[in-house]
Amino acid sequence: MVDPVSKALNGHEASQWFLYGVLYTLAVLVMGLRMLAKYRHNRYQLIRTGSVMFFQTAFAFLIPEILVRLNYPYYDFKNIWPLNYSFFFDWNLHNLLNSGGLGIFMLVWGIVLIVIAVPVITYFFGKRWYCSWVCGCGGLAETLGDPFRQLSNKKLSAWKVERWLIHGVLVFAVVMTALVLYTYFSGQSQVLFLNSYTVRGVYGFLIGSIFAGVVGTGFYPFMGSRVWCRFGCPLAAYLGLVQRFKSRFRITTNGGQCISCGNCSTYCEMGIDVRAYAQRGQDIVRASCVGCGVCSAVCPRGVLKLENG
Amino acid sequence: MHIAILGNGIAGITAARHIRKKSDCEITVISAESDHFFSRTALMYVYMGHMRFEDIKPYEDWFWGKNRINLVNGFVTNIDYRKKTLFFNDDTTCSYDKLILATGSMTHKAGWPGQDLDGVHGLYSLQDLQAMERHSEGLKKAVIVGGGLIGIEMAEMFHSRHIPVTFLVRESSFWNTFLPREESAMINRHIIDHGIDLQLETELKEIWGDRSGKLKLIITNKGEKIECGFAGITTGVRPNIDFLHFTPIEYDRGILVNDYLETSVPDVYAIGDCAQLRTPKPGRRPIEPVWYTGRMMGETVARNILAEQSAVGSTQSPVTNHQSLVTYDPGIWFNSAKFFDIEYQVYGDVQPNPPANHRSIYWEHPEGRKSIRIVYDQPKGHVLGFNLMGIRYRHEVCEQWIREQTHIEEVLPNLSLANFDPEFFREYEPAVLQLYNAQTGKNIQPASRRSLTQVLNFLKRPVNA
Repeated sequence: MVDPVSKALNGHEASQWFLYGVLYTLAVLVMGLRMLAKYRHNRYQLIRTGSVMFFQTAFAFLIPEILVRLNYPYYDFKNIWPLNYSFFFDWNLHNLLNSGGLGIFMLVWGIVLIVIAVPVITYFFGKRWYCSWVCGCGGLAETLGDPFRQLSNKKLSAWKVERWLIHGVLVFAVVMTALVLYTYFSGQSQVLFLNSYTVRGVYGFLIGSIFAGVVGTGFYPFMGSRVWCRFGCPLAAYLGLVQRFKSRFRITTNGGQCISCGNCSTYCEMGIDVRAYAQRGQDIVRASCVGCGVCSAVCPRGVLKLENG
Repeated sequence: MHIAILGNGIAGITAARHIRKKSDCEITVISAESDHFFSRTALMYVYMGHMRFEDIKPYEDWFWGKNRINLVNGFVTNIDYRKKTLFFNDDTTCSYDKLILATGSMTHKAGWPGQDLDGVHGLYSLQDLQAMERHSEGLKKAVIVGGGLIGIEMAEMFHSRHIPVTFLVRESSFWNTFLPREESAMINRHIIDHGIDLQLETELKEIWGDRSGKLKLIITNKGEKIECGFAGITTGVRPNIDFLHFTPIEYDRGILVNDYLETSVPDVYAIGDCAQLRTPKPGRRPIEPVWYTGRMMGETVARNILAEQSAVGSTQSPVTNHQSLVTYDPGIWFNSAKFFDIEYQVYGDVQPNPPANHRSIYWEHPEGRKSIRIVYDQPKGHVLGFNLMGIRYRHEVCEQWIREQTHIEEVLPNLSLANFDPEFFREYEPAVLQLYNAQTGKNIQPASRRSLTQVLNFLKRPVNA
């Protein structure tokens, strides 16, 4: 069905992954238009939604396919380790190192994003620069997921689970990558009692496929649009640590104007009880906030503002 | 010590929370309205489907047990102040050492014939919301009587369900007892834009029902008969104190309290909508039935009860004891609301019929849905108030300018500090400044940008530096 599109872009018949990419991008674009219509009076939402639509279409979909056509490695320039958990896998490193200057650039670019871009940009703008402006998972959540955002669990107990789970996945991803790199450089696959190929297989299946893929999007109607981003994404965990402890970003509250109505908490896709802070007049500095700005948009009394101070 | 609080609204709950924060007293909160505290101002969003009732409860249900705040769902019918006992309608009793009355308001009905018919309701309590819900199914027409904040909320609620609304407003323009002329006119237009049948200078005269006691139609003072299945009475609220009429507490429209929020009966306090200040601050009303004052009174009464308790048993005389109390100080007036899609914020003294020394600069967006008004003193020039429609301003910044009596010509170039709209929103502060320059022939240039760092520096600045 999408063969003509595939041939036009990368010169091959469409694979199942190409079909998946087409559907994913279409979902972001169509539901993105819905989002644009819904928030037509809110310039922050218009620009932000335009940004996720652009990054999904250009960076996640078109550019990698065109790269394949030009015989370069398939590469999504905005996908950052550890969300892109296979970045340090031996086949990927081989692939990049054997693709000439552009391959080397991709490798360096990927490492620069991890080591410099993430902490520096997050320091100035919070993790929103990525999660709700650039990321593909976030892009789907902010468009297709918008009608489900109110289903996220706001209970304190959910927050506790979230902190254990997301940081657990981050540790898992780091350990797995360390093992994989050890194997890459030493040629030994057995480290103590662990086999790096087994560990990376388990990670790929449990986290990469089941958690990020099946639970991440399949659970929209049950647990809201950001199940993966909130409970699982190791990159979100990394960005979150920087945002929580070293960032100028915060949501400020407007004096005593809060009426505790709960619109902000209800429509927070990350399950943050925004009202708990707003009604006390406290700034909101939370690792999980992706800066979507919807709390500010739905507040009837003009209490919330996303700021970099 | 056992502190009983009558009413679980924002005033009563704030008092309970603040008492618990600083003491180990036994606390009991009594309400016949709901098991748990909810945000009254958010009831409309439940009706409109934006939230479930669960979502408008600011605290999870375990919060109360964990903080040892006893919740009692019961209806108090009488109080014996000498024996310090509450009597419930199911013949149970409850004793207390200190009592806080925070019973809120009830819908004010002006004594119209037929006002108690089925289908005639205000919108204040959870039960009122349930009544609205009950009458909404198959409803072909709703009439709303009274052009205030609750009236326009009710219009928005019915409008969200495509139920035709006729809105009777006694004044010549919507809420013009609080809003200046231009802002009031903006809201008139906005109401009509939503397809609401707005009838200005029109009052309710009679309400007619059918034989079963159900509302059938209303008659206006202009003689028009309007058939309707629901009549919303939003002509105001009054303190909910009828059950106290046979007790020896002093009351007028509300329960009379001094600056410490003490009533005429020892160990009994009154806060929130039901309290009437004996000596309100200049420019303020004795009863201010809004969320924010309820919250502030709750904080004050908690401090005073704890201050008295810590003085008990000490060598302090009752007189010095009183000196450790704080007086209720609501600070500079502020309020906010949302009229359909137009947000409203006010800080300080903005009057529809201002005294001679009030001047204002008023800027309105060409599309007529946003405006900025700054009121200042003439001839002294210091700012007195800010009135915003469709634009958000920062509470602390406006308050500091008003408190420090900053001159209008110092405020205008720095007006961007007050802007609280989200990022990327268009900024209109330069337009306000331009307008002022055009009106006065001056040439003032902008001096501040919209930035949190600049705001924080401004707020930290010592007074009169």
